[in-house]
Amino acid sequence: MLAYLVRRVLYAIPILIGVNLLTFVLFFVVNSPDDMARMHIGVKRATPEAIERWKADRGYDKPMFVNADAEGSARFTDTIFFDKSLRMFALEFGRADDGRDIGQEIRDRMGPSLAIALPTFVLSLFASISLALLLVFFRATYLDFWGVVICVAMMSISSLFYIIGGQWLVSKLWALVPISGYAPGLDATRFLMLPVLISVLAGIGSSVRWYRTIFLEEISKDYVRTARAKGLSELAVLFRHVLRNALIPILTGVVVVIPLLFMGSLLVESFFAIPGLGSYTIDAINAQDFAVVRAMVFIGSVLYIIGLILTDISYTLVDPRVRLE
Amino acid sequence: MSAPMSFQPVLLWTDLLLFVLLAVALLAIVHVRGNEPLRAAWRKVGKRPTGMAAAAVLLAFVLVGLLDSLHYRPLLPAAQAEASAAGAETENGAEAAVDAEAATGAESAAGGQPGPVYSTEVLSVLDALLEPLRAQTEKTYSAPFAWQLYQREAMELPDGRQVRDYPRLVHGAAHLQEPEGERAADVAARVASGAGLAAVAWLLCFVVLATIVWQGSGLGWGQVALAMLTGHTVLAWRAALVTLAIILLIVGVCLELAPLYHVLGTDKVGQDVLYLSLKSVRTALVIGTITTLVMMPFAVALGIAAGYLGGWVDDAVQYVYTVLNAIPGVLLIAAAVLMMQVVIDTHPQWFDTAAERSDARLLALCFILGITSWTGLARLLRGETLKLRELEYVQAARAFGVGTPAILRRHILPNVMHIVLISLVMDFSGLVLAEAVLSYVGIGVDPTTISFGTMINLARAELAREPMVWWSLAAAFVFMFVLVLAANLFADVVRDAFDPRRS
Repeated sequence: MLAYLVRRVLYAIPILIGVNLLTFVLFFVVNSPDDMARMHIGVKRATPEAIERWKADRGYDKPMFVNADAEGSARFTDTIFFDKSLRMFALEFGRADDGRDIGQEIRDRMGPSLAIALPTFVLSLFASISLALLLVFFRATYLDFWGVVICVAMMSISSLFYIIGGQWLVSKLWALVPISGYAPGLDATRFLMLPVLISVLAGIGSSVRWYRTIFLEEISKDYVRTARAKGLSELAVLFRHVLRNALIPILTGVVVVIPLLFMGSLLVESFFAIPGLGSYTIDAINAQDFAVVRAMVFIGSVLYIIGLILTDISYTLVDPRVRLE
Repeated sequence: MSAPMSFQPVLLWTDLLLFVLLAVALLAIVHVRGNEPLRAAWRKVGKRPTGMAAAAVLLAFVLVGLLDSLHYRPLLPAAQAEASAAGAETENGAEAAVDAEAATGAESAAGGQPGPVYSTEVLSVLDALLEPLRAQTEKTYSAPFAWQLYQREAMELPDGRQVRDYPRLVHGAAHLQEPEGERAADVAARVASGAGLAAVAWLLCFVVLATIVWQGSGLGWGQVALAMLTGHTVLAWRAALVTLAIILLIVGVCLELAPLYHVLGTDKVGQDVLYLSLKSVRTALVIGTITTLVMMPFAVALGIAAGYLGGWVDDAVQYVYTVLNAIPGVLLIAAAVLMMQVVIDTHPQWFDTAAERSDARLLALCFILGITSWTGLARLLRGETLKLRELEYVQAARAFGVGTPAILRRHILPNVMHIVLISLVMDFSGLVLAEAVLSYVGIGVDPTTISFGTMINLARAELAREPMVWWSLAAAFVFMFVLVLAANLFADVVRDAFDPRRS
């Protein structure tokens, strides 16, 4: 298994290089730093001096790949490509436009992001699996039919509606919790209850339907009929046989997103003014802070690859037949 | 010199692609008619009441979207044309040049020879049909069916005194003398006449539809019509007719009311919300369909090539889509949209009008969404092709010496098309919802493009006002909900009919 994991980690390197090259092409080749500077400063005020200053502030005034003026290894290290792209592998992200260190900022903001994403993840997983099992237990009845109808209706509602409607109803009309904001420590629950509830609600329609399909596919298999023939109760069949065998497709979809929880949710964090990575990203997008967006793209893909590896490991935990070799 | 045309047609890129899509759809219908298995599958869709009802709703939206895709620039009256030409000469700077460049007219007018001058404003056929809605703007917010403005204003009474009160609307309920007392009765009367109009239109549609179904059925016309109404036809015509009745009722009532009232209120700059909602439909359709259209060739070609050829082709394709998948979707879209925006902003000379510029951004967004979403389809196609290439008929074809391109075209492609179709309809609703979110984040359509996302974005801050401004938000959400719900239901029915695992 160790050999397999080492191989998977090594396989991740070309993918990360690909991500890195892609972002480099997007940010520096499609548009030259001059174009970005002109856009950032405003087309009308962009004098050549202002552009030079803008580039120098961000370290974009260096040559792209090869620095002919420098000596020795600095010929290749003192370039935009090395500074902005390759340094990311060492998790050095440089500074944002407001002068703060991006790496430090990311470390500070992980906590609030997790504080909202983790409860959301656990609660919605629990709620949607239970509801899906309920629908499957009552399959081919009116409860099942209307359950699916409600799921489809809930899927068709924009997530913006859940957030705006929830904020208006719970915070403004009923005044139960603050509309937005964040406080460190235990005090945070007050602020986190509503966003967590809304995120769970917003995603539940599609996930219940998805789990229901998985369970229904499992339930038509032969071993389920055998289990029933043995005289097992329907509940025992569902929990002991169907749920356990459906774990593999469930894990495929679920484990990948666990590392991405660090990234937070863009919308929820920005609406509820939670100082996490999601709102950091949105602020960076709105302020056109390219360095921060680049850093988040890189971190996101690292976390995604970790998620893929974790998925493989999780298979061995739930299915003894799976061996990683 | 002959009289100038009263309008100049404008073909935006997204218009072109929408009509290409329409042509492809029509060709597909012709193809399906001559192919028995495909006809059987579509008949399965038609048998389901939800399928027919959802299709009727979607058709209504498509009609609105297509009418809104026939663009033109109206001819300016002579006086305005001179003003416009003068404006073009005096104003400088890149942005002014884009907005004020009134086609060739500006130059020829400056040269002393008056030619036809077309407005820089690009309109669509839908705009022309909704002219009263488009033109009847108020000063600022007004509630649905309101006769007064949302805000108090200082007004001068006939005797010279100043008061602060809610002013009457310029257009909304302007035909009433005493709106407070008369409005309810007036609205009721108009709803009734609108319903009557809808009933007539529905009967007309019913007669036409029944005649089409009756043709070649060998039964009496009355029998067929009765069977359609009682739900005894093979296809679920009754569901379609009921949905049609509801749509026509809404349209009829709106036809009667909308020219005189702001049925859904007005927004911050006084534009009619009903008009904005109808204009948003096109943006949603463009995002939902063109995205899939532009990514489909890549997904199909790469997915099938990877699955059938294997070897290094497979490795390369898998590598590309793993890399694209590894970047969280929103971030890749954000990065790409930011960069597209730089390109568009630094090349103002590419675009004649503001509409063309925002259309370029819309198209870029479709491409970007396509790049981030083709991986799923490509993976599905690769898996299916891997299965197909081992089947007997493909092996037999190979043994007979049929070349690889011919095998791919004749044996593989037709047998994976159901996956393409299913993913096309399944992706649609997700893309429509994504547009709203992306526009909120600021990486969606151009802020000047009317879309559900921009409507929500503008209306969001107004919930905090007292009394609340809820109507534009509600309108955007309801329109979006109906569109997405219809698309979801239709997608489910199509998947059930075409997925061999589900029959």
